[in-house]
Amino acid sequence: MEKRFIYADNAATTAVSDEVLSAMLPHFTKAYGNASSIYKLGRDAQADVEKAREKVAVALGADPKEIFFTSCGSESDNWAIKGTAEMMSKKGKKHIVTSVFEHHAVLHTCEYLEKHGFEVTYVPVDEKGLIDSENVRNAIREDTALVTIMYANNEIGTIQPIEEIAKICHEKKVLFHTDAVQAVGHVEIDVKKQGIDMLSLSGHKIHAQKGIGALYVRKGIVLPNLIHGGGQERGKRAGTENVPAIVGLGRAIEIACSNIVEKADIVTPKRNRLIDGILKLPYTRLNGDRDKRLPGNLNISIEGIEGESLLLMLDLNGICASSGSACTSGSLDPSHVLLSIGLKHEVAHGSLRLSIEEDITDEDVDYILEVIPKVVERLREMSPVWEKMMNGEEVK
Amino acid sequence: MMYSEKVLDHFSNPRNVGEIDDADGVGEIGNAKCGDIMKMYLKIDKGIITDAKFKTFGCGAAVATSSMATELIKGKSIDDALKLTNDAVVEALDGLPAVKVHCSVLAEQAVRAALSDYYTRQGIDPLPIVGEIKEPEE
Repeated sequence: MEKRFIYADNAATTAVSDEVLSAMLPHFTKAYGNASSIYKLGRDAQADVEKAREKVAVALGADPKEIFFTSCGSESDNWAIKGTAEMMSKKGKKHIVTSVFEHHAVLHTCEYLEKHGFEVTYVPVDEKGLIDSENVRNAIREDTALVTIMYANNEIGTIQPIEEIAKICHEKKVLFHTDAVQAVGHVEIDVKKQGIDMLSLSGHKIHAQKGIGALYVRKGIVLPNLIHGGGQERGKRAGTENVPAIVGLGRAIEIACSNIVEKADIVTPKRNRLIDGILKLPYTRLNGDRDKRLPGNLNISIEGIEGESLLLMLDLNGICASSGSACTSGSLDPSHVLLSIGLKHEVAHGSLRLSIEEDITDEDVDYILEVIPKVVERLREMSPVWEKMMNGEEVK
Repeated sequence: MMYSEKVLDHFSNPRNVGEIDDADGVGEIGNAKCGDIMKMYLKIDKGIITDAKFKTFGCGAAVATSSMATELIKGKSIDDALKLTNDAVVEALDGLPAVKVHCSVLAEQAVRAALSDYYTRQGIDPLPIVGEIKEPEE
């Protein structure tokens, strides 16, 4: 078996595509004007920023005036949540509804607000990694300022009933924000049709560069300004526009959202072949609903082994992957996402996430399916936990 | 996170993996909940550790520290093995990331747990010699 290099961690980040890079490059050395400057070089930069804004708006079914560029998905989440909290607390609304398995950009922001007088309700998820919209309905109170629920989970890829949740929020007259960092470019999004009030996205998950994101804010919602300074982003977020990154995001989202269905048709069967192939190993389970999940995501727990060891072994075989083990997070607790769907600690430690895209070949899939059983066997051979499992002893 | 070349070497080619069927002392430390379990097997002859083997469930650092610990005590006297510190294991591996230092503590404690078992099997109270075995905090 000849060693290959396979990048199967696109949920972590993606490469800047050639098309995106070529759209960006002139803005470093030739079209380098400050978008606020009066002369043509500046005006051109401004025009390119606005073209990019329009592309983002088109991709989401929004109006360009509703798109604000930020530095990343986390910034967008922070702004939406803390901004709404500040705005609504003036009306005496100091309660937020979110879910237990949000990205830390949302969870830690909510925890911060809890320290500043807000109450937060964390809606549970079921064993398939799905939120019941009725639980969201029941969590909403008179003083609820915001509901923030992720579009698709970053670890297990499950897609949440966003439209249903948005509908409930509107019935209850509560603002609805969604962290769609993992969803944009992989599932069809139309903020107007779906009733989304605010949406966070990130460039580097869709082949733009790291360090650029955007926040969609529905017209009529006036968030407090995030960065005070010049009048950039209509006075909401000061700081000289990162023109190359913005142009890159515009191009990237245009490409990513142009063929979502076709990409899913290519990648889903390959993803399923990986799932079925890995699940042939004994003591494995798929985490998250099989159908209501991002086309390129698979997350499987492999009992008796620990995730970081698995990742290192895969790396030695040229495969880049991710895990929810404690050791990859730097804490002793494994992923809060895997615990939220009811996995025991020792099972959560041995999880594997692969996030693939349509460029993965059948040979790549074959290769992964050849490598994983070998690596798992090797790690299980040296695992005292596996030994106990095979001897029918209790694993503590 | 950065692992040294030596850590990666001991992870990808761990020394002394396996079990010793007629071991004179076996020690296990850690729990699956916290993500690391080490099981250490020792063969001891006239106070000398003639063989050491291990099985580990855990991260790259857990495997590498187990591997290095067995290397450091093989051929040594029990007294020397009892002097093995986690710092010595870390140093022999050219360092560990701060969040992984606890793995080296596990390796040190796994050796002590195996020696403790050895004394118990000899009918000798291990506590005054080996001291308390520290289980990792959950």
